[in-house]
Amino acid sequence: MSTLSARSLSVRLGRNQALSGIDLTLTPGRFTVIVGPNGAGKSTLLRALAGLVEPTAGSVLLDGRPVGRMRSAERARAIAYLSQGGQVAWPLTVASVVALGRLPHGEAPDALPPSGSEAVGTAIAAVGLGGYEDRPATELSGGERARVLLARALATKAPVLLVDEPIAALDPRHELVVLEVLKAHAQAGALVVAIMHNLTLAARFADEIVLLDRGHLQAHARPSEVLTEARLAQSFGIAAHIAHEAGGFVVVADRPLPQA
Amino acid sequence: MTARENERVTPRFAVAIATGRNETAAMFTSRTILVLTLALLAVILFAASLAIGPAPISPVMAVKALVSDQGSASIVVRDIRLPRTLLSLMIGWIFGLTGAGLQGLLRNPLADTAVFGAPQAAALGAVVVLYFGLAGALSWTLPIAAIAGALVSIALVVAVAGRHATVVVLVLAGLAVGSLAGAGTSLAISLSPNPFAVTEIVFWLLGSFEDRSMVHVGLAAPFVLVASLALLSAGAGLRALALGEETAKSLGVNVARLRLLIVGGAAIGTGASVAVAGSIGFVGLVAPHLIRPFVGYDPARTLVPAGLVGAVLLLAADCAVRLIPSGVEVKIGVLTAILGVPFFLWVIARRKAELAETPA
Repeated sequence: MSTLSARSLSVRLGRNQALSGIDLTLTPGRFTVIVGPNGAGKSTLLRALAGLVEPTAGSVLLDGRPVGRMRSAERARAIAYLSQGGQVAWPLTVASVVALGRLPHGEAPDALPPSGSEAVGTAIAAVGLGGYEDRPATELSGGERARVLLARALATKAPVLLVDEPIAALDPRHELVVLEVLKAHAQAGALVVAIMHNLTLAARFADEIVLLDRGHLQAHARPSEVLTEARLAQSFGIAAHIAHEAGGFVVVADRPLPQA
Repeated sequence: MTARENERVTPRFAVAIATGRNETAAMFTSRTILVLTLALLAVILFAASLAIGPAPISPVMAVKALVSDQGSASIVVRDIRLPRTLLSLMIGWIFGLTGAGLQGLLRNPLADTAVFGAPQAAALGAVVVLYFGLAGALSWTLPIAAIAGALVSIALVVAVAGRHATVVVLVLAGLAVGSLAGAGTSLAISLSPNPFAVTEIVFWLLGSFEDRSMVHVGLAAPFVLVASLALLSAGAGLRALALGEETAKSLGVNVARLRLLIVGGAAIGTGASVAVAGSIGFVGLVAPHLIRPFVGYDPARTLVPAGLVGAVLLLAADCAVRLIPSGVEVKIGVLTAILGVPFFLWVIARRKAELAETPA
């Protein structure tokens, strides 16, 4: 079981203090959503958790071991990361893009062992793209391509999955498809963290929500505890009201508040 | 179109997935056939290159003269034709490999040392050495100076163009670096007090395998070997890079090391080649495009076939310059540029829409 934690994590990017003293512990089997206004440090936090940025102070620990000191292949097997607005440079087929997720296991995409082929097949099926294996990934719609890249991250079969804005630029149906995949992955025992801007969907799918604002951790708790009208006003600068619906709640943003 | 044909025109390095079709085997075969065909073609052209020249020697006789003493035929084949044949083989190979490596690194089908001004910069490095009389034309200093020139130009273009530069920025940066190197070379030529040295430099700059000896082969070979190893070892990393630098890093690829291997390999290969054969461009640009219809777009799978195509192209070109009826031999660098530049323009024209916004 993998526990991912940040200890007094601070990251400085150039002259910008992106993260300040973050303390956070994430546990397996939970789907955590990171929310916060633009520039809050969400992507930096995710990249630091993935071991892709060096902390300027503090540390990120995977089961007590500093992520930054793990061998890169070992880290890649343990933590799958999906960047924002992913790209595919060449007209590679869906199957070959997803097979790249097996690289951390030392498996060449053109010579996968049976276990690798199975992981690729399962991942493609999980995102609902069965039958798309031979299509060039560059010729798919944005929603389909986002799912291909998600399948690539799933194919690694890492116990930790970190995804940066997986539903940006997706239509409502694809939003739900992708979130259901992430939720199911967490329920199957993985530690899943996603950055999102849609607060209503975050509230509906997340087991816990991390609220970041200007590099500081404002809250880390269940959705109903984090997404309160007071916090939304304070962190996002919006007047919002929370409408309770059957099975969840809806965040309705009314208007921007004047800048303090 | 049948499924079989479809498999051939839509290459992939796919896996046997739940569908039960064993596509790995299909791709493996088509790539193996291509590699074997290219190798055979290279062998045939190798023999042809030993046979073509003013002294009439048949290909069979040429091979005989190479392996056993056949009097004057052996002298012609071994001392005159073998060096240029070996040089075009290994320089073509390293150019093709370099082109495929750089296109993979920059995720850009227009990347090549020639586009980055590397041959001009390598030539400047070599000309500076020759001009100041630091070393003779057969010294190790020459390839090392040329490699330094190529390294500066490629590193400069990759640095200026940056990680998110568009193709336009990349090509413009290459143009600027190439022009600067060209101007430096022109300066050296125009200030040269010795008209014979000027002629020497100018002809050498045009690129040719004429009158090369085994000493030239020996000068270039170790560098070509090192460059090949560097570029070939980058294959797996290039694959991951197709999904962007951040994703490649998350897959455990050391992107900085990968960049160093490819830029270093490209500079060493180009520099050593330019030092012994002058400026020969565009082979690296063309080669990967010729093999992608057969092996697909996976950068790791394009490396070896692109190198073989490069070798075949340059061997064929070097045979062609000896067959073109003209008073003096047409310079091979001129021929590759005459054929390569229209190809470059054709690629731009064909991919205009996507190139306008593709980040490098």
